[in-house]
Amino acid sequence: MTAEQVDEVTRGPFDFDIRGSMRRGLLLGLGLVFISLAGLPIGLDTRILIKPVLSLGYLSLIWLPFISGWASGTETVLDGVATTKRGARDLVRGGLVGLIGGACLSLLVLLMNWFDLRDPLVNWAPPLSAILQFDRSIAFGVLVWPLLSAVLSCAGAGLHIITPKIRSATLSAVLFTLAMAIFETFIVDVADFLDDKLYGQNGGLTVMSAIVVACLAFTVSAIGLGRRVATARVNYQQSTGKTKASQTTMLIAIAAITVVVVPMITGKITQELFANIGIFLLLALGLNIVVGLAGILDLGYVAFFAVGGYTTAVLTSPNRGPDWPSWVPTLPWWGALLVTIAISGLVGLFIGAPVIRMRGDYLAIVTLGFGEIIRILFLSDWLNGYFNGAQGITNVPPADFGIIQVKGTDPRSVFYLVLVFAAISIYVSWRLERSRVGRAWMAIREDESVAEAMGVNTVNMKLMAFVVGAILASFSGAVFAAKVGSIFPTSFLILVSIIILVVVIVGGMGNIIGVIVGSIVLIGVLGGPKQPGLLAEFSQYKLLIYGALLIWMMLRRPEGLVPNVRRSRELHQEEFLQDAWLRGEIDDDANTEEVDS
Amino acid sequence: MTTAMRGSGAGRTNVDRFLTVIKVVLIGVIVIGLLAFIAQQISPGNGFAKWTHDGEAASRLTGAQFKGLVVSGLSQGAMYGLIALGYSMVYGVLGFINFAHGEVFMVGAFTGFIMANKFDDAGWWDGAIFIPAVLITILTCTLVAMATAVIMERVAYRPLRGSPRIIPLITSIGVSFFIQNAVILLFGAGAKSYPSNPDWLQDARTLGVGSFHIVSLKGTQIVVILVAAASMYGLWHFVERTKTGKAMRAVAEDKEIASLMGINVNRTIVTTFAVGGAMAGIAGILWGLLFRSVIATTGFLPGIKAFTAAVVGGVGNLGGAMAGGVSLGAAEALAPLTLLEPLGVNGVSQLRDAVAFTLLILVLLVKPTGLFGERLSAEDRA
Repeated sequence: MTAEQVDEVTRGPFDFDIRGSMRRGLLLGLGLVFISLAGLPIGLDTRILIKPVLSLGYLSLIWLPFISGWASGTETVLDGVATTKRGARDLVRGGLVGLIGGACLSLLVLLMNWFDLRDPLVNWAPPLSAILQFDRSIAFGVLVWPLLSAVLSCAGAGLHIITPKIRSATLSAVLFTLAMAIFETFIVDVADFLDDKLYGQNGGLTVMSAIVVACLAFTVSAIGLGRRVATARVNYQQSTGKTKASQTTMLIAIAAITVVVVPMITGKITQELFANIGIFLLLALGLNIVVGLAGILDLGYVAFFAVGGYTTAVLTSPNRGPDWPSWVPTLPWWGALLVTIAISGLVGLFIGAPVIRMRGDYLAIVTLGFGEIIRILFLSDWLNGYFNGAQGITNVPPADFGIIQVKGTDPRSVFYLVLVFAAISIYVSWRLERSRVGRAWMAIREDESVAEAMGVNTVNMKLMAFVVGAILASFSGAVFAAKVGSIFPTSFLILVSIIILVVVIVGGMGNIIGVIVGSIVLIGVLGGPKQPGLLAEFSQYKLLIYGALLIWMMLRRPEGLVPNVRRSRELHQEEFLQDAWLRGEIDDDANTEEVDS
Repeated sequence: MTTAMRGSGAGRTNVDRFLTVIKVVLIGVIVIGLLAFIAQQISPGNGFAKWTHDGEAASRLTGAQFKGLVVSGLSQGAMYGLIALGYSMVYGVLGFINFAHGEVFMVGAFTGFIMANKFDDAGWWDGAIFIPAVLITILTCTLVAMATAVIMERVAYRPLRGSPRIIPLITSIGVSFFIQNAVILLFGAGAKSYPSNPDWLQDARTLGVGSFHIVSLKGTQIVVILVAAASMYGLWHFVERTKTGKAMRAVAEDKEIASLMGINVNRTIVTTFAVGGAMAGIAGILWGLLFRSVIATTGFLPGIKAFTAAVVGGVGNLGGAMAGGVSLGAAEALAPLTLLEPLGVNGVSQLRDAVAFTLLILVLLVKPTGLFGERLSAEDRA
């Protein structure tokens, strides 16, 4: 069946689902009110993006009407059904959504002046009022928000009207300018000379430089550089055999040189950031094997990180608990690493064996329980003589490799050490994924019973996933111990497991590139459980954002930013089969069977 | 069950042997611990006690202490049971663990705090007027928790119906994370203290016949146990005796056939979430009355433990959930002092949570269907 060409229909500017749009507007309003009361505008206001026009606090509010406006104009395009001609109608609809959303915020401004609800709501206070009123009168705040929101929402909806070329150019101009402003610390760290030229005195782009940057991005996008990159990507994906192999080698070489060279020219902050990204990348690569490839939802993954960290600390630190028998030696770091690997592997077996026969959701809770048990044991008075309880094990010596010492005060050395382990982990994951074992894991992920029927030893394979995951996590734990120089039970909360899970899921379950992208984007920008990212101001809000991101990804794009082809087919099986059916590739009777399953 | 089939079909593997060892060790610890406890009660200075306690005699647990542990275990267990009902019902109907159910409980406890605080400011949290005030508070908590559960279903779970099972589970982790941190940002991260209960509620009372004291209970503990029992009865009546309850059971059994019988599956699922949420809300305010403190992370551990309770009692089985909750509460309160302490473990009260999780593992290893058997839908049994 081929798509019939149907003409566009022209409809009047008010001919749309008004009630639906009003509901959307109310949702937008709820979102705005929630963001305000959660304190994002106050907490982020100190970070200036474009001086003196825009701060991160205001950005946390105004992005929402823009996106809502864009979303209000999105229409499902169906084969054979006439699409509506874009035009004034979209603008009116976007404006309505924005107007209602902004009105909700105005209402909040009024309510905040009439009532005092500070008792339960901590942010119901003058600072928030001041921000919502732009430091002016109440009337100003009440009038400006609906207007501003409507304009932004109109602009968002307007993106549907302009031609794709201009749209992408505009978007890249806006996004690039924002990125330049948001990543100020990083950019200044890498290229110091830009500091005076681009940024104002207390941070933030100056208006002039913002305009210059935006124009630059607009022109670059308009002359088609973006499209050329996209074409190159498609070419690479479609190439086969020798060409592809050589292109892959080249890409890997470029990436390798970049990651090796960049930390040499950057300052300490960036190096620290890279080291943190690396530590979490190691964890995410390990969890990717367990969750992404074998489909086992392990929520206690932090247990292996903890075991790795504690084993290394016990074997290297002079301050380990007093109860250790004298035959437990004090080793140099690399010696301890070997023991750590062995012990984590054993712990992986020990935790894996009881849980692998359980149903998927039981398994999740039980692994979570193991994660907590291990943390509680490290914390307890019972084993105080071994692990020092809440005081933790301090004085973990740096990892000494003769030429360089890897320690926390020299984040660059940590980064290079992590890089070595990351390279090993990536290579191992990559080889495993394409091996018999990897195929067995994927078979188990898709359907365990079928995999078993096909002769896969599911028990051994799942155990193996656990052990490999545990060993990769223990690398991270060992590096973490050397980096921080001390190990506390509070570094190993369940939170860590969940953040790593978000990294893997947002990046793309089962895809190594995806996991790398996920770690860089999430840990780099938002930060780890305790480690700040580029947006250090986000530290209070990052867990909320992680939660929201997890829900949003699961609802909209469960396959992640960089999807694994096979995994995304599993997740969208129904749509995939429907498409195939529409194209006439599946006949009716076979289809009903498969859709049911 | 598939486990049984695999066990018989594939022969004993190393994993099976390892699991047997774990089971034997865990049960052995329980038996030896109990024996040591009994020996220690009879003679605190016996050889084993001296050996485990570095040469000193163990301390005996008095009858009053023991009863106190049982009562606090039971009242806490009653709350676990109430939360567990929500897990159990949702698992029965939708077949996935609603990880965020613990947060519904927390929202209930938080609403209770806000209401109680406002009533206290108005001088209503004392004397005779306390009773209508607390009833209004319980009602509000129930409604707010219900609304939270329903919105959760609408926003996060309904769009995912029919996707692979792991997806709604991961989503519910996200929901849990989101609610927790939203509450921290909206209401502040510190612990919130409930106003003090009126004396007549807080005071300990002795139950007994004549001069024979059976047990001494705090007023709040009596309230908790009574309210939990009443809610449990109400729920049982709702599920077993009303038309909506019948629809719920039908949907749990088989969604497709239920819809063919003219049952509105969507509405039934929403009802399930609402009822589960209501139970969690009641548990929340009871928690507040009993411990008089709530923090945004309050929901996490009780949530996980309530799930444990649901598994212990048999998922999908409402009576089982309540019984599981009570036994988990009792085990958690008693086991550290009666099993671990006699074995010479020090700082046992820190290990409560570990005891609960170990119990979960043990039950899943020994009897995965729980004490009273699972009631799962047709799809789950397959």
